[in-house]
Amino acid sequence: MRDIAIVAYQQSDIVPDAGAANEVEILMPVLKRTFAQVGINNAQDVDFVCSGSCDYLQGAAFSFVLGVDALGAVPPIKESHVEMDAAWALYESILKIRMGHADSALVYGFGKSSPGELPIVLSQQLDPYYLAPLWVDSVSLAAMQARLMLDKGLITEHDMAEVVSRSRRNARNNPHAQLAGDVSPQDVLAEETFVSPLRRSDCCPVSDGACAVVIATVEQARQWGVPYALISGIDHCIETHHIGMRDLTDSPSTRRAAANAGVRNGRIDVAELYAPFSHQEIILSRALELGADTSVNPSGGVLAGNLMMASGLSRIGEVFNRIVAGEAQRGVAHATSGPCLQHNLVTVLERAEKA
Amino acid sequence: MSERESMYNEQGQVVGIKAPIYLKYNFTAGAAAARFLQQVKKGVLTGQRCPKCQQVYTPPRGACAACGVATEEEVRLSDKATVQSFTIVSIPIPNNPIKPPYIIANLVPDGANISFIHLMSECVNEEVHIGQRVQAVWKPQEEWDYAMDNIRYFKPLDEPDVPPEKIGKIPVTGWEG
Repeated sequence: MRDIAIVAYQQSDIVPDAGAANEVEILMPVLKRTFAQVGINNAQDVDFVCSGSCDYLQGAAFSFVLGVDALGAVPPIKESHVEMDAAWALYESILKIRMGHADSALVYGFGKSSPGELPIVLSQQLDPYYLAPLWVDSVSLAAMQARLMLDKGLITEHDMAEVVSRSRRNARNNPHAQLAGDVSPQDVLAEETFVSPLRRSDCCPVSDGACAVVIATVEQARQWGVPYALISGIDHCIETHHIGMRDLTDSPSTRRAAANAGVRNGRIDVAELYAPFSHQEIILSRALELGADTSVNPSGGVLAGNLMMASGLSRIGEVFNRIVAGEAQRGVAHATSGPCLQHNLVTVLERAEKA
Repeated sequence: MSERESMYNEQGQVVGIKAPIYLKYNFTAGAAAARFLQQVKKGVLTGQRCPKCQQVYTPPRGACAACGVATEEEVRLSDKATVQSFTIVSIPIPNNPIKPPYIIANLVPDGANISFIHLMSECVNEEVHIGQRVQAVWKPQEEWDYAMDNIRYFKPLDEPDVPPEKIGKIPVTGWEG
């Protein structure tokens, strides 16, 4: 099988409201920096392009087509799109390269969530007969999950507050973060509850922005002569849409994806987890069996800023950054989609032995 | 038949449910489009020039789709244009107040290289042709808004036709013939 590497990662600042800027205007500066990182001109210089976005976020039909304006698609390019987080666009691109249909790919994700009421918008991704007509919002579902964890004694509110505190503190080193600061668990616990038992700080903020990654065969990466990290494993698994049938206190789909991706085949120096709610980071850390030797969400994670349709790809990009910076040998990135961690993708990245 | 009954068929099967979706958005057109619409409100058509291929786009979207680069230079355009293509619409379109037959045309304003779509009127439909010169007929100034329908339609100009290879290459100063 062909070895595939990440060679570039860039993201925009994560902002609460991108103002008048549309998809292309948010995306273009990010893509420009991504191309520069590889030393290429535009999407003509890669074999395949795949993006992730969701029209429901900003209420614009076919907004992903406008995104193509940022690519330089004359003459025509091979392009695809997933109505999902761009981490799944990366998955599609890996399949494309593995099948030998491409040697390189640009993957990007963007989301402008500020124009709508995100938790309400997300209610429309639920079962269309029983749940969507009730408008059950994403925060309420996560709150029920947290309640289950607390009442079963699997976590305490202090555990959740510690996750928030660590996120805010780590995010101080992330120049793109939306929320950062010296916040103690006591500060978090002093907050009023928002959707009980969740406090506002237990929930990721609503954010606008974009990110992009370039992947390639190792041969192509060497030809470009840029630092790279190997993608040594990737898999994704999904649980039933019937929330009552799921064990919300665990993430069996993450466990299975992690086993298939080979997470336990070596030490994990760093883990970037897509946990939109503080208690979900604990569920994920347990499902991935992370120990004290793993640095979890050194970027601050998505509690510091959540780019819908891009945060999953960002997790992969953040692990890539740690590896090429020499701060980690091996890391795991996690992406999620759907209510209460329904669908999970796990990627393992490793430092290249010898370039 | 009541609305509730209409959700069942004769076999008693549920064939539909009502689940209306109401979502509220604070939608924005984009920075480039916002600048264009602010000028249209003043009765001025503008475009944006690509720094790489030099093509002028209107209405601008902030990017050159061919080169994939940001278009930041604003260019003022004429309200005179050339017909690049057209169609005669003979069927009524729901909610469209215009009575058929009428003309929808792809027009390139002087100073721009890329066409936009608008209506044509005050013309003999059968005589409309590619390369024909036209000019905007604006609504009264007090009705101008942030909208393309500040221009009611384009009407023919008494100017020589533009040969096909010159369409989309007319400077903002106009067509000499």
